[in-house]
Amino acid sequence: MSEIKKFMYVNRKAPYGTVYALESLEVVLIGAAFDQDVSLAFVDDGVYQIMNGQNTTGIGMKNFSSTYKALGDYEVTKLYVEKESLEARGLTVDDLMELTWEDEDDDYEEKPSIRLVSSAELAEVMADQDVVLSF
Amino acid sequence: MLHTVNKSPFERNSLESCLRLSAAGSAILLFEDAVVGAVTGTNIADKVSAALADREIYVLGPDLAARGLDQSKLIDGIKVVDYGGFVDLSVEKSAVQAWV
Amino acid sequence: MKFTIQVNEGPYQHQTADSAYQFTKAALEKGHEIFRVFFYHDGVNNATRLGLPPQDDRNITNLWAELAEKHELDLVVCVAAAQRRGLLDENEASRNGKDAHNIHPAFRISGLGQLIEGGIQADRLVVFGD
Repeated sequence: MSEIKKFMYVNRKAPYGTVYALESLEVVLIGAAFDQDVSLAFVDDGVYQIMNGQNTTGIGMKNFSSTYKALGDYEVTKLYVEKESLEARGLTVDDLMELTWEDEDDDYEEKPSIRLVSSAELAEVMADQDVVLSF
Repeated sequence: MLHTVNKSPFERNSLESCLRLSAAGSAILLFEDAVVGAVTGTNIADKVSAALADREIYVLGPDLAARGLDQSKLIDGIKVVDYGGFVDLSVEKSAVQAWV
Repeated sequence: MKFTIQVNEGPYQHQTADSAYQFTKAALEKGHEIFRVFFYHDGVNNATRLGLPPQDDRNITNLWAELAEKHELDLVVCVAAAQRRGLLDENEASRNGKDAHNIHPAFRISGLGQLIEGGIQADRLVVFGD
């Protein structure tokens, strides 16, 4: 068994306009099977990926936003959202989906996956990663 | 950490985001179109200069040359590397983060 | 040191593939090992064997293939991203009832797990994108 590495997926692009958000999510889902220390960061337009109330019926594209809600089941439980990116876009955490995970070590209590962090806090988390996948 | 930025700061916000989210002690490499952010006299030069206080900034020489930018116009403190130097930086730093 | 390289954009439209190629070549010249080059998003288009760039331009697919032959590189194309974009090898084409295939033999098709494995096995993952 090799050592566990810290993997971070950095999402900086809005969904639908380009395929990056969807294909990033596909990597996260596959990567979850590898038992690494995984976290996601939503920065810049990446915060739009986890907006509440996405409805794609008018554009003929698949709405994949519900997949973010399933991340907890894949033991992907650390979703860092940069506060400054939200503020710059006139958003608050209430505009985002409620994303949770069940802690099996704590009587399956539902816990929030979103961690609202400042730029400085996120910079520290990023600096500590072994592998950064950017989308 | 070695941060890489490849887009012009006049087109995208990747350099600004990198400057905001790179920790002290990390290094930043500007390549491809991002090399335009390494010269003096631009409206982002002050921000880049300020970052040099606690971060190293490098620029890829071949990308500068390809765009007709003279090394004499670089912001003080920015160092020029070639692809081999890019490789060396990614070895020296603990990981590489691309601001694509 | 061992590297995995991720290439997120196709050739010619962006400098991405050229930069990734130059970095890979420089790393090999310095005696480093390239564990894998993984092509994702539009990067899968690096693998087409049907590209016909003008004669005075570089042929990026051939450059990858030549480097791979010289250094036994593992050039991996993501199957999901490739299928979406009509990049198929002979096996995939016949399995899906398609009448043509276009993957250069220097490249192989595989799953996203190969990217994650590349991140785990290599000392550094370096991403090139738009």
